Amino acid sequence: MAKPRIATTSLCGCFGCHMSLLDIDERILQLAELVDFDRSPIDDIKHISQRCRIGLIEGGCANEENVEVIREFRRNCDILVSVGDCATTGGLPALRNLVPLKECLEEAYIHGPSVHNPSGEIPNDEEIPLLLNKVYPAHEVVKVDYHLPGCPPSADALWAAINALLAEEPLELPYQLIKYD
Amino acid sequence: MSQFTITIDGREVEAKAGQTILEAAEEAGIYIPRLCHKPGLEPFGGCRVCTVTANGRPCSACTQPAAPGMIVMNETEQVKDFRKTLVEMMFVEGNHFCMFCEKSGNCELQAMGYRMGIDVPRFPFLFPKRNVDASHPDILVDHNRCILCARCIRTSRDVDGKQVFDFVGRGANKRVAVRSGTRLADSDADVSDAAVEACPVGALLKKRVGYATPIGERLYDKAPIGSEIENGEES
Repeated sequence: MAKPRIATTSLCGCFGCHMSLLDIDERILQLAELVDFDRSPIDDIKHISQRCRIGLIEGGCANEENVEVIREFRRNCDILVSVGDCATTGGLPALRNLVPLKECLEEAYIHGPSVHNPSGEIPNDEEIPLLLNKVYPAHEVVKVDYHLPGCPPSADALWAAINALLAEEPLELPYQLIKYD
Repeated sequence: MSQFTITIDGREVEAKAGQTILEAAEEAGIYIPRLCHKPGLEPFGGCRVCTVTANGRPCSACTQPAAPGMIVMNETEQVKDFRKTLVEMMFVEGNHFCMFCEKSGNCELQAMGYRMGIDVPRFPFLFPKRNVDASHPDILVDHNRCILCARCIRTSRDVDGKQVFDFVGRGANKRVAVRSGTRLADSDADVSDAAVEACPVGALLKKRVGYATPIGERLYDKAPIGSEIENGEES
């Protein structure tokens, strides 16, 4: 029987949650026995190739490309998991939600004290994904099945969660593994 | 009449006249979650996180006096979900960025989220615009994290005898303000005030002492908030 497939992505995140996944150390060999990796920054596959059992979402949605990617994950994954505070709450990037987008861009490209931009233009190339009005947590864009808070969730939390989901057991992590920081 | 019995979740508990449900429960080693209640302050009944049902009616356990034969329900699914909903609303109506907050690990709101098993609030985040007042040389006020428990207001008034803080505004615009002016630096607040220690979240912080305790050794890293009451330890 083919191994279950797992896909992962980092949307508006810092890859810290992926680093935490790599932090399972030698258990990564066990993980490779348990699953095949589909689309993921770990193998650099660009699009999901076939149906996946688990999709891990790091990061919230800050631009139109993030929305496209998370929709691809929702279409192709049986179980979608928000991994980390950015996916569950918007996280640090959501600090910009406290400031209107126009002001944010003007501060970054025109008024900022260290900005050198003689043209005074704000980048608007069609190759650059358009920013959303604010940063959204994953579950405000698509249906998300499980949430794993933490900045990042610890390697032990990720390992326990992935194993529970693969074994189709309820995801009940011990107190010490659920943290918001 | 000075001593009588109530039941909490079917268990008989001794109570004294004048005791609240919360106090009687605590003496019996039963923890009722709470955020605005703090020993040494008059009961406030503001946060409603200590909601129980007494003889079938919801009430705040920190303000409701125990009465003979009272039937209190503390751990029913309905009561627990009611409280969890309240705590989730506190998380979405402020800006609670735990990942860089100095109070993280020692924060009662965060600990309440852990104890209640909140992985993510069920409501959309509001991201309100709130101010930070860093004017005081030794104390930081960050309204983003304030849950309006009034502990600082009550402690400053009743313990410190200063009345540094008070509420202004109503409804969604309600906030803690400095009474004597717009900035904390213009008040007679001092870093040694009990009010600074009274904050359950990171809204009132002493400057230059952040992140002093390593992760793993902070107040709520290992055991849930309230376990000191459940284990019969002096808090």
